[in-house]
Amino acid sequence: MSELIFTSTLNGILFGMLLFLMASGLTVIYSMLGVLNFAHAGFYMLGAFFGYQLSRWFGFWPALLIAPLAAGTLGAAVEHYGLRNVHRNGHAAELLFTFGLAYVIQETVQVIWGKAPVDYRVPELLDFPAFTVFSTNYPAYKVFMLAMALVIFAVLLLGIKRTRIGMIVQAALTHPQMVAHLGHNVGQIFMLVFGLGTALAAVAGVIAGPALVTQSDMAALLGPILFVVIVVGGLGSLPGALIASLLIGLLQTFAVAINTSLGSLFGSLDPAHAPSLLTDIWNVSIAQIAPVLPYLLLVLILIFRPMGLLGTRAT
Amino acid sequence: MTIVTPLPLRASSTRRDALRFYGTWLAVILVILILPRVFSSGGSLTTFSLAGISIIFALSYNILLGQTGLLSFGHAVYYGLGGFLAVHAINFLGAAKWPVPLPVVPLIGGFAGLAFALLLGWVSTRRGGTAFAMISLGVGELVASSTLILRSFFGGEAGITTNRTKLLHSFGFSFGLQIQIYYLVAAWTIIALVAMYALTRTPFGRMCNAVRDNPERVQFIGFDPHVIRFIAFTFAGFFAGSAGALSAINFEIANSAYLGAQQSGLALFAAYIGGIGVFIGPIVGAIFITYLSLVLSDLSSVWQLYFGLIFIAVVAFAPEGIAGLLLRHRPIWRAGEIMRVLRAYLVAAPPTAMMLTGLVLGVEIVARHAVDSRDNPMMHLFGLSMDTSGPLSWAIAAVLTLGGFAIARVTWTGVARAWDDAMTAARAEGYLT
Repeated sequence: MSELIFTSTLNGILFGMLLFLMASGLTVIYSMLGVLNFAHAGFYMLGAFFGYQLSRWFGFWPALLIAPLAAGTLGAAVEHYGLRNVHRNGHAAELLFTFGLAYVIQETVQVIWGKAPVDYRVPELLDFPAFTVFSTNYPAYKVFMLAMALVIFAVLLLGIKRTRIGMIVQAALTHPQMVAHLGHNVGQIFMLVFGLGTALAAVAGVIAGPALVTQSDMAALLGPILFVVIVVGGLGSLPGALIASLLIGLLQTFAVAINTSLGSLFGSLDPAHAPSLLTDIWNVSIAQIAPVLPYLLLVLILIFRPMGLLGTRAT
Repeated sequence: MTIVTPLPLRASSTRRDALRFYGTWLAVILVILILPRVFSSGGSLTTFSLAGISIIFALSYNILLGQTGLLSFGHAVYYGLGGFLAVHAINFLGAAKWPVPLPVVPLIGGFAGLAFALLLGWVSTRRGGTAFAMISLGVGELVASSTLILRSFFGGEAGITTNRTKLLHSFGFSFGLQIQIYYLVAAWTIIALVAMYALTRTPFGRMCNAVRDNPERVQFIGFDPHVIRFIAFTFAGFFAGSAGALSAINFEIANSAYLGAQQSGLALFAAYIGGIGVFIGPIVGAIFITYLSLVLSDLSSVWQLYFGLIFIAVVAFAPEGIAGLLLRHRPIWRAGEIMRVLRAYLVAAPPTAMMLTGLVLGVEIVARHAVDSRDNPMMHLFGLSMDTSGPLSWAIAAVLTLGGFAIARVTWTGVARAWDDAMTAARAEGYLT
């Protein structure tokens, strides 16, 4: 039992941190541009596929650097050439634009890499068990993912608290009008923020790709959960997004784990042989009740606390 | 929704207006009746049936998006549940031998959609805007995920099949033949069309528009926007459910794809590409999408990509949709200035076509390269075959795209100028306020 709690907590935190990497970008974009980027999970997927392709050409470590840069540049371009022009037709048009973009990204990935999962592997350097708990090996790559997520979280937090851009982002969270009135080059900041947000999503994709399944429906599977995170956390609230990410990460991991331990639904699935519990979360066909839980949480939150856990602003 | 032009208030008191109004409806009914005589092949009958179902679904979606300003990402929930309930109803009625004919089944689907909209709508419609979009997405995912849990009802991955001919035969119809299904769909499409059009004309329909344009003001004059959204939502649920039931009757199966995000996206695509600001918009969009999906899927393996690109193009360049775009020409047409604009269009058409050809070529080359470049690098496009492995085809695509873009940019400014001139003339003659 304690083994279950330990590994589930670890996996839950890991999944939660990955969710936060994406949700933070999405929240910042929403706060500043006022647009819910439907294509955000698409950029996460692009990150995973770019990471896969680049790591085949140059190896994993260069890919870890180049793939987010490429995805971020693409994101900035989307903001500059697409969203900015759609903006004059209102927020609904922007939302629809990103919805169409998500669709196009999905189809493009399918055209280029196919529908089947690609062989995106853990780099050899990290392909060993880090430590053994209760006779279960915990892979080093997961420790690396967790460390990466924590480092980026720390950098993000410092960046928001200490840098000039961070100050503006922070101000935009609470007083978006004031920031514009203070005469900042809002257009350029928007582009930068959008690029940064999508790059963050891509980082999550590059590092999650080898541990989870890299295939063309990963965005469609994760996208809605991402929205659950930011709605539950409170639209526009970074700390709320963190809490909600961890909450949903733990919720889903424990739900799957408890199901597994019951053995009635997952009798054939020995955890030791399964690639990862997280894979199950993404794999709807295996997990039974876990995929529904975030949406149940969403509906409950919207009934009892519509502004989300830490949200203050009405949408 | 600033892009939505309000429907003109018309008393339709004059006889001529009434004649034109009923004449249009009669013409629509006549066309629907004659269509299967002109195109009688099984393929076209299926296409027409699918188009009719899409029309109902897209129009029901537009009760939300176009009329009430609610952007839903989970409308397929009511479509799908209507479909599932219809299949279960057919199976039950067929087994129990109750004397219920098949044409009633869409009503069952409609009431199923209505019931679920009543159940889920109150929470969903508490607020409009982004909050509604998020909730509809969440509820949609919730129900779609449940299909794999509640296997006995949804039939898991395989879905639930039925046999529509098992029901009571009415007027000699067994509904085994596609032509009979066509007439069933056609009749329901006309009923739904009339009902939904009438809905836009009621005071309630006007209140929906008011909620879309300014909910605070609606609240101020003593109405609850939440209640109005909720009622609109249930109406939309009803018609979506009946469309889902028709689809289930047409395919004799209901599966989890019926209520997935993809299906919701299709309704959005159809309504928006057609134009959400006018009643005819979603109809145009539904026909366009149905036709395109059938034709494109034969021509290209990556047809869904073109779908998405067309949608993005509409959002970016023609937010009022195809129908809205056409209707925008009406004052110019009436002012007799249409030739000026048409001439500019003719000039802009070749370079635009050139650019699009280049883009399509590029997409097809990439697709061919990614899928089976080793097996068969030859590609057949526009009646020509070319070797996609060589640099020549890439170069042609790039030249066409970039060259077309460069010329098209210049010609489209010409179109804008011609448009402005024509509008000025139309305004001067009093055809535009």
